[in-house]
Amino acid sequence: MLEVHALTKSFGALRATDGVTLKVEEGETHAIIGPNGAGKTTLIGQLAGMLLPDGGSIRFAGEDITRLPAPRRARKGLARSFQITSIYRDFSALQNVALAVQAASGRTGFWRPAFDDESLIAPAKKILAEVGLEKRMHAVAANLSHGEQRQLEVAMALATRPRLLLLDEPMAGMGAEESQRMIGFLAGLKQRHTMILVEHDMDAVFRLADRISVLVYGRVIATDTPERIKQNEEVRRAYLGEDA
Amino acid sequence: MTFSLVFEQLLNGLQFGVTLFLMAAGLTLVLGIMNVVNLAHGSLYMVGAYLALAAAQWTGSYLLGAALGLFGTLVVGMGVEVVVLRTLYDRDHLDQVLATFGLILFFNELIAIVWGRASLFASPPSWLSGHIDLFTGSRYPAYRAAIILVGLVTALILWYVVTRTRLGMLIRAGASNRTMVAALGVNIRLLYTVVFGFGAALAGLAGLMAGPIYNVQPGMGELVLIQVFVVVVIGGIGSIRGALVGAIIVGIVDTLGRAFLKPLMATIISAPAAESAGPALASMLIYLLMAVVLAIRPQGLFPARG
Amino acid sequence: MKARLISWIVAAVLLAALPPLLLALGQPFYLDLVRRIMILAIAAISLNLILGYGGMVSFGHAAYIGVGAYAVGILGFYGFFNGWLHILVAMAASALVALAIGAVSIRTSGIYFIMITLAFTQMLYYLGISVAEFGGDDGMRLKQRSQLGIVDLNDPVQFYYLALVLMLLSVFLIHKLINSRFGMALRACRSNEARSRAIGFSPYPYRLAAFVIAGALCGLAGALYGNHINYITPSLMTWEQSGDLMFMVILGGMATTAGPVLGAFALLIVEEVLKGWTEHWQVLMGPLLILSVLFFRRGLAGIFYKPDA
Ligand SMILES: Nc1ncnc2c1ncn2[C@@H]1O[C@H](COP(=O)(O)OP(=O)(O)OP(=O)(O)O)[C@@H](O)[C@H]1O
Ligand SMILES: [Mg+2]
Repeated sequence: MLEVHALTKSFGALRATDGVTLKVEEGETHAIIGPNGAGKTTLIGQLAGMLLPDGGSIRFAGEDITRLPAPRRARKGLARSFQITSIYRDFSALQNVALAVQAASGRTGFWRPAFDDESLIAPAKKILAEVGLEKRMHAVAANLSHGEQRQLEVAMALATRPRLLLLDEPMAGMGAEESQRMIGFLAGLKQRHTMILVEHDMDAVFRLADRISVLVYGRVIATDTPERIKQNEEVRRAYLGEDA
Repeated sequence: MTFSLVFEQLLNGLQFGVTLFLMAAGLTLVLGIMNVVNLAHGSLYMVGAYLALAAAQWTGSYLLGAALGLFGTLVVGMGVEVVVLRTLYDRDHLDQVLATFGLILFFNELIAIVWGRASLFASPPSWLSGHIDLFTGSRYPAYRAAIILVGLVTALILWYVVTRTRLGMLIRAGASNRTMVAALGVNIRLLYTVVFGFGAALAGLAGLMAGPIYNVQPGMGELVLIQVFVVVVIGGIGSIRGALVGAIIVGIVDTLGRAFLKPLMATIISAPAAESAGPALASMLIYLLMAVVLAIRPQGLFPARG
Repeated sequence: MKARLISWIVAAVLLAALPPLLLALGQPFYLDLVRRIMILAIAAISLNLILGYGGMVSFGHAAYIGVGAYAVGILGFYGFFNGWLHILVAMAASALVALAIGAVSIRTSGIYFIMITLAFTQMLYYLGISVAEFGGDDGMRLKQRSQLGIVDLNDPVQFYYLALVLMLLSVFLIHKLINSRFGMALRACRSNEARSRAIGFSPYPYRLAAFVIAGALCGLAGALYGNHINYITPSLMTWEQSGDLMFMVILGGMATTAGPVLGAFALLIVEEVLKGWTEHWQVLMGPLLILSVLFFRRGLAGIFYKPDA
């Protein structure tokens, strides 16, 4: 499904992505973990097309997308969520998701009101219900609680009906209870979606991931099943050290 | 179209170019450092021209008039910064454009109230009213030559100040990191006021030197300002070097276009057609140049600060 | 929603009732003024599409007033007086010019965008000045007003009603547009560009299309304005005119349906009042505008309701 080969990206002297090679299989939930500043968000940014890599290649569904602009990738079925919530703050929750449905549909129109276009609204409502936001669908996004905004963030990524979901710390800043709910939700998603999950919450990672890649200073130091990652000496030293 | 004629027009282009540079330098500094679009920069150009003219008549001395005009523009500029611009630093560009648009209306009308709407005649000082001999054998107005000299010397001083002095260091640091400079204990408000006054004085200098060549009239600043925008877009925002290169390119292209495009076109198309198409094309030349530069380098020729 | 529709109907009825009232009072000058306001309101409505909903700070919108007016003038110059042809050519030419300017400027953003749109309009202004056939600096009188058949533009009242109808139509059109899929995408790109790109909207084509639509609509306003003053001159395209249009949008309230109309009325009426007061009205207008930017950012429409996103 996704093949990343020898990807590099520098910010000045800093190598934020340093020769990352990664493979994600169809149906897999692939977690990426690593300390703060390891380059996880930078990697997601390059996969989604927001950042252009300096070198290396990205293949998605058998096609080279290394230089493809972000919107084109999105329409090919790559969806991302942002670590720092990025929603349409001045639109309602429903409009936010409906916009994502519209973007994925690839169709536009100049006359018919989008707000009573059932082909946008119906799927949007369904997704809002899935993430548990149906009661808040008419609230302006800026007025949603932090947890609700995080749910909306994921809902928008889902609404594009992606073939590969890139989730950048979906639980960031959530309370314990909200996190548990989100983990439950992602566990359900996992059945139907291929995804890359960046997450600090180890509980979530070990419950959800089929495989884990550990990123440290822009390098993948190990990729393996959760069980073996836990045992991995280098990982323990570099990252899980104080945890284990 | 002899060589000496072309050379003379090149000098005219250079003279126009350095005028543009003096304007562009202030504008680009303010843009780069404070991130403020100041449409009223043209008003300061006009203020400089009027103040110098009035002061020269009052004192009877061109140099004294110029000095007073320069100082007056500096004061007016700092006043504008303190009263209006300061409140705009945290606003978006749209608000800055609109508020400084209001400033232009105000200044143009104020000048009209004081000096009237008709254009005034400013003359170069008698000791610069002659000509100098060029090596091509033709003669060139001494006043225009003096403008070129003053412009280039100012560019040199500016370069020295920005790259070699403590003030310049603060300016460059302030551009990239306001909080750091503030943390160093520098009064950033004062720094901004000084830089703005500096830019205003440069615009005033351009205006007072341009006085004897172009018309001194209300609204004179805006005509130049928009050409200065072209310079800044071509040169790259925040770059003094870009402003210099851009200004000289624009000055020369515009001047040569106006001088030679019509005769040049007449050799290709019919004379009457060239008669109407020549000036039209000449007046569009720098904007077309801007479009080409943008198509190739959207961030201008010298996007980095310097 | 209902309340808004009702207030529009009330406003339309009031404006429609104005001509008989003013003529009865023997004040035809005000008829002229309101007609001018409504024509410029169309221009402001078109600017609101890109400035308010599209987030593109175009400081060169007067270009299309000029292009629209010149289309009428030039066609008349060559003996074509059919008003429908005038409108068609005015809108098509404006759309083309907007396409050219937009294609270059929308690649940039922020300060660059502002300066570039201003510069291109200035280019057209100088072009107008340097073409001697069409009067150059002085401009030229229309040989005849546009011949529309059903409406006689030489009749001030008929022209007034045409302007009113077209203004209301423009309001309706833009209202439909900004709520359509296209409009939602355009507003989304303004609201959050990164998110828009991430879900698959490419901002550029949406913005360019909006820029062209706004140009065409403003071209219509230009064609009307040329007929209104019965004269065309490069001064239709000055940066002051562009600035005025921006102020109409801002004073009225950006990204609101009624904003540009309210703003056009407010700005031009204040202008008229000040003009009646002193020849040097701009010395008061300037500070007034500055104060409005500093303290009245939400605009007139903001008093009544919140802006659409
Ligand atoms: N646009 C940028 N310019 C310069 N440096 C950047 C930029 N974006 C990220 N960096 C740097 O690159 C490194 C990797 O950042 P990144 O955000 O990818 O880390 P991360 O693994 O997502 O961290 P976290 O767990 O805190 O989210 C950091 O040192 C960061 O400061
Ligand atoms: Mg991150």
